[in-house]
Amino acid sequence: MAKKGEKVKILLTAKGTEWDSKMDPRFGRTEFFFIYDEETEKVETYDNRAIVNEAHGAGPKTAQKMSEFGVDVLITGNGPGGNAAAVVTQTGTKVYVGAGDMTVKEAYDAYKNGKLK
Amino acid sequence: MKIAIASGKGGTGKTTLSTNLASLLADKDNVVLCDLDVEEPNSGLFISGELFHQEDKHKMIPEWEKDECILCGNCQKVCNFNAVMKLGEMIMVFPELCHGCYACSELCPTKSLPMKPKKMGELKHYKLGNLEFIESRLIIGEEQAVPLIGQTIKYVDENFGESTLKLFDAPPGTSCPVIEATKDADLILLVTEPTPFGLHDLKLAVETMNELKKPYGVVINRFGIGDAKVEEYCTENDIAIVAKIPNNRKIAELYSSGKLLYNELPEVKIELEKVIGFIQRQRENL
Amino acid sequence: MKEIVIISGKGGTGKTSVTASLAYLAGKSIIVADCDVDAADMHLLMKPVNDRKEDFFSGVLAEIDQDKCIKCGKCSNVCRWKAIPIVENKYVVQPLDCEGCGYCSLVCPTDAISMNEQNVGNWIISDVKTNTQMVHARLGIGAENSGKLVAKVKNEAKVLAEKSEKDFIVVDGSPGIGCPVVSSLSGANLVVLVTEPSVSGIHDVKRVYELVKKFGIKAGCIINKADINPDKVKEIHQFLETENIQLIAEIPYDENFTKAMTMGKTIVEYDPDGIGEILKNSWEKIRKI
Repeated sequence: MAKKGEKVKILLTAKGTEWDSKMDPRFGRTEFFFIYDEETEKVETYDNRAIVNEAHGAGPKTAQKMSEFGVDVLITGNGPGGNAAAVVTQTGTKVYVGAGDMTVKEAYDAYKNGKLK
Repeated sequence: MKIAIASGKGGTGKTTLSTNLASLLADKDNVVLCDLDVEEPNSGLFISGELFHQEDKHKMIPEWEKDECILCGNCQKVCNFNAVMKLGEMIMVFPELCHGCYACSELCPTKSLPMKPKKMGELKHYKLGNLEFIESRLIIGEEQAVPLIGQTIKYVDENFGESTLKLFDAPPGTSCPVIEATKDADLILLVTEPTPFGLHDLKLAVETMNELKKPYGVVINRFGIGDAKVEEYCTENDIAIVAKIPNNRKIAELYSSGKLLYNELPEVKIELEKVIGFIQRQRENL
Repeated sequence: MKEIVIISGKGGTGKTSVTASLAYLAGKSIIVADCDVDAADMHLLMKPVNDRKEDFFSGVLAEIDQDKCIKCGKCSNVCRWKAIPIVENKYVVQPLDCEGCGYCSLVCPTDAISMNEQNVGNWIISDVKTNTQMVHARLGIGAENSGKLVAKVKNEAKVLAEKSEKDFIVVDGSPGIGCPVVSSLSGANLVVLVTEPSVSGIHDVKRVYELVKKFGIKAGCIINKADINPDKVKEIHQFLETENIQLIAEIPYDENFTKAMTMGKTIVEYDPDGIGEILKNSWEKIRKI
C-alpha cells in the first residue's frame, strides 16, 4: 500500500480518454481505463468496451485486466461488486469511491485532497 | 403421472391451484406435491405436515489445490462463463458463475481443480396423511435455479413410483427454470387470469408448451373480472378450458392467511373437481 | 440521475400496475425500463410506438457438423446435461438442453463442433404515451434468463436518460431472487418493494429484501390490497420498522385496477381521485427519498 507522498499508479474508470472526460460510475462494465502514473507523469488508456459482450463475470474480468497494468490505486463511482471486489482485494489495489459524477481531473484532485471514501 | 402447474405471468394462482388440488386429491388417494419455484417456494405456507426428511442440495464447483498447479491458465481458457481466473500466482474460482460443466477440472493437466460439492439449497420432505409434500429452496445469493430444480425432480423420481400422481408447482415465466420444471411432465395445467396481462403471458406460456410438445389445459382464475379475451383466445385455438375459478374477495382473504379454499367455498370445490376429471381422462389416454 | 427499481419477490402483487402508474405520473422527467424480460407487460399500459428493435445475443449453443463427425461419442460422454443423445444414428445436440459450456467442442477429435452465438430475443426502445421513451425487451422461449438482457435494458435506459437529461429511470424489476433480479438491482439508488398482506407476499418480500440488504440499497414499501388482512398488514409494519424501510403507501384492494388494465390505462388515469391520489402522493414521497 502506498504511503502519503509516494508516487503511485492510479486507474480511474472513465467514459473517455481525456482528463476532462466524465468518470464512469461503474467498475465492472466501465468503458475506459484512464491510468495515470504519478512517477512518470504519463497517461495510458484502455478501451474496455468489449466487456459488454460478457453475460456474466464482467466485474472480475475487468479487475483482472486492471491487475495486468500493475495499478496501486483505483478511483471509481460505485465500487466493484462481489466477485470483482474479491479480485481487487487479491491484487492489493486500494479502492476510492464516490467519484461517479465528476470528470477524471476532478476525481483525481478529490483523491489527492482526501475527499473520496 | 406427472402434472406441472405453470403460467406465463406470476401471481395468477398456480400455488393456490396446486395446494388446493393436492389436498383435495389426498382425501382419496396418494399424491405427491412438489414445489419447484425454488427462488420463492410458497406451497409450504398452505400445507402443514410432519417433516419426514431434509437434505442439503449441492452443486459441484471446482476448488483450487495449489500444490501441483503449474499455472498454465488452461482452466481460465476453457471456462465459457468467466468462473475461473488466473490472477498472478493464484487461480480464483467464482462459484455463482460456475455452471458445473467440469471442463476446467477434467482438462487440468495436473488435476489441480477437483470438483467439490457446494451447498446451493435445501430440500424438505413433509407428510400429511396421503399427501407427500416436497419443497426446495435456493440459498439467497445463489443465482441459478435450474440445477436445484433438476435435483428436486430426481428426488421425487427416486422416492415415488410411476403410478403415484405427482403435481409440480412450477416457477412463473417461460425461461429455462420453467423448461426444467416442465420438460418431463405428462400434462401441463396453465393458470391465467382474464385480463390483458393474463392473456399476454398466457400466449407466451402456450408458445412454450407447444415448443415442448406437451398436452395442456387452461384454468382461468379470478373469472369474472377483466374481459372475455382469454376465453376467446382459447376457443379460437382449440385450447381446453378445464376450469374457471370465480373471482371472490373471500378467496383473497383466505389465501392471505394461508388457508385452503375448497371447504369454505363450494364453488371452488366444483371447479377443482372439474380439474380432477380432466386429469383422470388424460390419465386414461396415456 | 437516479435509478428507482420496483420489485416484489412474488408475482401478482401489482408491481407492474404500480410501476406504470408511477411512470405515468412522472411523465417526461423519466425514462422507463421494463426489466421483467421474461413476462414483460408494461407495454400493455404504456402503449409504445415507433419501436427501434435490436437483436440480443447471449450465450452459445453447440452444433455438430455431421460431415466431420466420426461418431466417437466423446462429446456425449463429457456433456453433464445429456444434451447430445443419439438420434437416428447420429449424435445431435438438443438445443433446449445445451448449456453452452463448450466442453464438447474442446474434446472433439475432428473439430466437428462449433459454438454458435444465440439470438435469445431482442431489446427495444419505443416512444410511450407519456411523451418519453421506454426501453423493454422480449426474451425467447426457454432462453437462459441471464442478467445480461436485463443489464442491457437498464444500460440503454441509463444512456438515454443521461443523453436527454432526465431526472430518473424507473425500472419494472424481475420477480424472484435469482440472476435477473440481481441484475435489476445493481446500480439502483432506491428500491420500492410492492407487497401484499398475505403469507406468500410477506414470505417472498422478506426473501428478496435480503438480497437488497446485500447490495446496501435504500428501500421503501408499498402495501397493495392492504385491507384484505389487517393482521398481516401489522406484520408487514413490524418488518418495515425492524429493517428501517420507509412505508410509502397502503393501497386498498380495488377492482378498478383490473378495470383500468383492461382498458389499457393505468389506475391513475382511470381513478385519479381514488387510488390515483394515493399513487400521486407515493410518487412525491419517492422522488424525495
